[in-house]
Amino acid sequence: MAKSHVAMKVNGKSVEALVEPRTLLIYLLRDQLSITGPHIGCETSHCGACTVDLDGKSVKSCTVFAVQADGAEIRTIEGIANPDGTLHALQEGFREMHGLQCGFCTPGMITRAYRLLQENPNPTDAEIRYGISGNLCRCTGYQNIVKAIQFAAAKLAGVPFQEAAE
Amino acid sequence: MIPGSFSYHRPKSVQEAVGLLAKLGDDGRAIAGGHSLIPMMILRLATPANLVDLADIADLKGIRTDGNDIVIGAMTTQHDLIGSDLLGAKLPILRETSAQIADPQVRYLGTLGGNVANGDPGNDMPAVMMCLGASYHVTGKSGERRIAAREFYQGAYFTALEAGDVLTAIRIPVPAAGHGYAYEKLKRKIGDYATAAAAVVLTMKAGKVESCSIGLTNVAETPLWAEDAAKILVGSTLDKATVKRAVAAAEAITAPATDARGPAIYRTKMAGVMLTRALSSALARARG
Repeated sequence: MAKSHVAMKVNGKSVEALVEPRTLLIYLLRDQLSITGPHIGCETSHCGACTVDLDGKSVKSCTVFAVQADGAEIRTIEGIANPDGTLHALQEGFREMHGLQCGFCTPGMITRAYRLLQENPNPTDAEIRYGISGNLCRCTGYQNIVKAIQFAAAKLAGVPFQEAAE
Repeated sequence: MIPGSFSYHRPKSVQEAVGLLAKLGDDGRAIAGGHSLIPMMILRLATPANLVDLADIADLKGIRTDGNDIVIGAMTTQHDLIGSDLLGAKLPILRETSAQIADPQVRYLGTLGGNVANGDPGNDMPAVMMCLGASYHVTGKSGERRIAAREFYQGAYFTALEAGDVLTAIRIPVPAAGHGYAYEKLKRKIGDYATAAAAVVLTMKAGKVESCSIGLTNVAETPLWAEDAAKILVGSTLDKATVKRAVAAAEAITAPATDARGPAIYRTKMAGVMLTRALSSALARARG
């Protein structure tokens, strides 16, 4: 099958590649561009481990063909930290609140939470749970992930984080 | 897992898309948001030789008012439906339904057109469209035509669409101001298709049901419009005995499959429970 030329911005950097039409975006990112933060989990759009930010939307990169992302602006977990290299509030939150155990779902969780906080900077507990419902974690029981996102929301808003009573 | 090979087309107009699909026949398939089709392609349950991506066709996007109708472009996403203030005011049942479809990532890309055109009995919007009396704008080789949602669904994945047809828009008559509505969906987890679901739109006058329409999701090969059940309710106060008779009439037209979501009898009964709850929410929301 003839290959198509695609060009896109990934984490602020212009990239080009030749892909078969059937190449899924996650494979372009991981295999051709060596951006391995987004993980391959279920490959059928259930688990959210491959979540990336595409033109201001959280998408599962296993359910988008690379040719569909031609011209897009993409952000992955590699592009979440601050330009000076310090951690983004979400990354800090996941570390401080133990928002991960094995870490497999974490890139997708943080990338999804990044968009959630852009759309809703001060989400309630229920809004966070609904907002990350496309991302599965098999370790934490979600409690600490929700706390991590609350931590980040407070930090980004410049207010002290208060952990809800258990 | 990697899908089979295909050629990718990205037409700029409906005419170009229709021309391509007509020429390709069974070898061509339109792709909207792709969130039903791409997983099927990854599993090799679908192996189209050509994909015709509708993403660049500007005419297929947007929500507008046309007289007493609201017309929604087929490529409008679930995320767009939830965010629309016009729909929030005029057709709040769409927001309630969209919010129960899949998960946030899927809703950013999944479209209304794809949801209604796919013909999967698990899709939520078809029963809502039957409930609302919507019609679909379809463009094909011989021009544009409109097909009523209530006449569109023929079997699982079989619809009134023919090769070369593109569903371009969904036209919905706006229900009377003050109408009550609800979409009640039982699912095992977020992202799952319904075990059973019910859509209700009704209007009340002097404490009695003036009009009522009911749609049911995923309890037959096609979405169902429960016409007889709704007729039983008109003129009643939605008292327990009448609701019970209507629920029995709705259950009677279901024919669900026994599958991982439960045995057929359970799913039929859950359709009844969802309908009872939807009637109760719709009544609480109705004015008049």
